Amino acid sequence: MASVASTVRALPALFRIGFAQAVAYRAEFLVWVLSTTMPLIMLALWSAVARDAPVGRFGQREFVAYFLATFVVRQLTSSWVSWQMNYEIRHGVLAMRLLRPVHPMIAYAAENLAAQPLRLVVAVPVALIALSSVGAAMLPRDPLLWLVWGVALLGGWLITYLASFAIGSLAFFLESSIKAMDVWLTLFFVFSGYMIPVELFPPTVRSIASWLPFRYQIGFPVELLTSAHGRAQALTLLLAQWAWVAALGAAALLLWRRGVRTFEAYGG
Amino acid sequence: MIRVRDLSKYYRVHERPPGLLAAARSLVHRKTRTVKAVDGVTFDVAGGERVGFLGPNGAGKTTTLKVLAGLLHPSGGEALVDSHVPRQREEAFLKKIMLVTGQKQQLLWDLPPAETFELNRALYDVPRASYRETVAELTQLLELDGLLTKPTRQLSLGERMKCELAASLIHRPRVLFLDEPTIGLDVTMQATIRNFIKRYNERSGATILLTSHYMDDVAALCPRVIVIDRGKLSYDGTLDELVRKVRPEKRLVLHLERAVAREDLERLGRVVSHSDAEAVLQLEQQAVAATVTRALAALPVTDLTLENAPLEEVMSELFSRSRAAREAAAPAGE
Repeated sequence: MASVASTVRALPALFRIGFAQAVAYRAEFLVWVLSTTMPLIMLALWSAVARDAPVGRFGQREFVAYFLATFVVRQLTSSWVSWQMNYEIRHGVLAMRLLRPVHPMIAYAAENLAAQPLRLVVAVPVALIALSSVGAAMLPRDPLLWLVWGVALLGGWLITYLASFAIGSLAFFLESSIKAMDVWLTLFFVFSGYMIPVELFPPTVRSIASWLPFRYQIGFPVELLTSAHGRAQALTLLLAQWAWVAALGAAALLLWRRGVRTFEAYGG
Repeated sequence: MIRVRDLSKYYRVHERPPGLLAAARSLVHRKTRTVKAVDGVTFDVAGGERVGFLGPNGAGKTTTLKVLAGLLHPSGGEALVDSHVPRQREEAFLKKIMLVTGQKQQLLWDLPPAETFELNRALYDVPRASYRETVAELTQLLELDGLLTKPTRQLSLGERMKCELAASLIHRPRVLFLDEPTIGLDVTMQATIRNFIKRYNERSGATILLTSHYMDDVAALCPRVIVIDRGKLSYDGTLDELVRKVRPEKRLVLHLERAVAREDLERLGRVVSHSDAEAVLQLEQQAVAATVTRALAALPVTDLTLENAPLEEVMSELFSRSRAAREAAAPAGE
């Protein structure tokens, strides 16, 4: 496959094209944004629950901060690569990608990341609303924690992307990998902190959630942003997150390599 | 340039009859069958050659091209393209080759072709100066003016195919695999694409392997043809030789001043077609000279031409012969 140097040289073009495509699909993009408004619904629900008495350490204000942060983090860490791969593998379109001298794992990543500026158009206003409604008091004051947050956001995106890539690669073996993605998403909704903050789970479920990858996709960066962790705990969780990045990266590459051997390039 | 030895590619096909019961049964027991798409094919192609792959649908032509382009992993045998093993898809290999198919496209659907060109420039690391030169040349040869800035989805099939070819040549591949490049195009557009491919080969010295259902493509482009049938190579040589082998008879086309009786024509040879103004006779090679003399003496001939049987007929005869040979060889009941 392609050398690192020529891949790096090709990256700006990949980003530019990815962005141009995201702009071309702006209508679909808006529909997609609407489909990610679950945190806003959960915000309304949980603030109603917390109206009379706080739930754990969460009062109304904390829930507002938590779910607005969840919305923003979800915008910045999402990836649609498994649907894309499922389609391209089943329809043989992947053939065109395999002919190009850049690893599809890099090309898909660049395309997915290139849509981020458009996501910011949605994420930034929500972040500003959060700041004006609950104030900046909940944000971390320690610069190291901001650094950890930046790395955790990247880690969250990588877990989402690599897991999606691994599940997308299942389309080489299964007639459709969409069902596998549905299973992943169901677990994601429960354990990631997307709908319920992980710390509100009973202790056993909480400890299960800490061993699974989902919390590190959304919950962990959101917790950092809402000052739920001190330095030591933040760094421990960051380590766990990047262990998942490594494990899922290895799984994605393994499934890809196995799968591409069985690729049948249907059609044409 | 290309070396293929005993190459085979088998597919496992999941078989399921229609119906709910069959669907339920396939949950627990999957019936699979092995299809030998390519079965022990051997050939060599020298640099700069133009070779046409012929064969009925499902014969293994496209599979062979896909193995050579590195898309499919062969089940057995060996394939080398300019000393690279295609399935390893090394960067140096991918930068030397391209596969263009009439049915799959690399152009980005919602963006103008110019964007795909630019992406390919970056991916293939083409220096800006030579990129500009290549695009200018392709624009002129393929008449792309005005097409490059329209979104791909708004182009006609023919326009898209021209842009598709151009996008595939941005990195000036040394080996070009063309799979049905003119499928679905009108006659004029087919001719444009065909002429372009020939000129590209002559100018750049690139090796070209082509599959096509249109015999005109093959006749115009490929001095050499490889016939594949049921995954096996059944002929490798020049097109003329193939025609001579399968249909050695010649066709004498007589243009007539006035109508003649069919019996008069039948005395000269087998009548293929007959109208008031024209008659086509099929003759043995050695009888041509004598028959021409007799026809000129006996009939009101204004003009005549001597032709080979149409390539379509040659091919269908070749395939029906090999089908018959297979049926004869297969044990009864199979």
